[in-house]
Amino acid sequence: MSIVPILALAAGTFALRFAGTALRGRVSMPDHVRDLLATAALVLLVALAATAALAKGQSFGGWALAAGVAVGGLLAWRRAPFLVVVVAAALITALLRLAGVG
Amino acid sequence: MRSTWRTLDRESRRGITAIVAASFVSGLSFGAIAVASGMALWVPLVMSVLVFAGGSQFLAVGLVAAGGSPVAAVAAGLALNARHLPFGLAVGHLLGDRLAARLLGSHLLVDESVAFAMAQRDPARAKAAFWACGAGLFAGWNLGGLLGALAGQSIADPGALGLDAVFPALLLALVIPAMTGPDKWRPALAGAAIALATTPLLPAGVPVLLALLGMAAVPRRRATTDEVPA
Repeated sequence: MSIVPILALAAGTFALRFAGTALRGRVSMPDHVRDLLATAALVLLVALAATAALAKGQSFGGWALAAGVAVGGLLAWRRAPFLVVVVAAALITALLRLAGVG
Repeated sequence: MRSTWRTLDRESRRGITAIVAASFVSGLSFGAIAVASGMALWVPLVMSVLVFAGGSQFLAVGLVAAGGSPVAAVAAGLALNARHLPFGLAVGHLLGDRLAARLLGSHLLVDESVAFAMAQRDPARAKAAFWACGAGLFAGWNLGGLLGALAGQSIADPGALGLDAVFPALLLALVIPAMTGPDKWRPALAGAAIALATTPLLPAGVPVLLALLGMAAVPRRRATTDEVPA
């Protein structure tokens, strides 16, 4: 890969990031709009979590990954510490793969 | 930086440390994969510093390595990164007023720094979480990328260690406490369902953006007396 596509991806990504933060800084907005923006960010984060847990590219990500993340989610729901959630998810995924689960 | 770290509670500091460690290992695999697929040593290094968005970097390198055109790789990477615009709208006020801070903060705006900031109730802690997580990830991702590129193919497969489960599990741990009522969980579940249903059909990044259609599931606001109808 040459430097040109790297610079294009970098510039475009930075523009997307900066556009959002700059708009937020300039426009004063009512409380319910702020609340909706926070909800929109949550919606995106949950969608990212769901697709990262269940998909690899455009196909199913495998039962080991899905099960590991599900256990992590259950622990998070029971208010387990971050470290416990993350280590449990990785460990279960790794052990299931070791056992031959796809 | 030290006072930023101290502003955070112990639980957040541990969470940030864990995700920085995981980003170091994914950085290792990114550097190793890029070099193993025939790219020059500087490619993953420059990319990690300038782009600093792991998913789009893996995607672009993968597409080019598979014989795709660089234009397609850039377009796919930008589609994947389009979510950063609404993320910026949600947390932009945490970056302060100075231009230098806004520029640097915009570059450090990644899924994890947004998620950690949104998980804090107090604005000072939200700001500290954003900067600590963003700076930590930048260091971890780039250091990992450098070592991975130098080591090349000798790096173990991160999948065997279950590291691909770390990102979604951490996101769940950050967003679940924020699901305070139906005005949050209804759009979130609807959005996740839309993203999952469209993932097999659409290019990477687009399904997550389509999740925003789930916002239609936000319960309608009751009219309040202090607002004048437009």
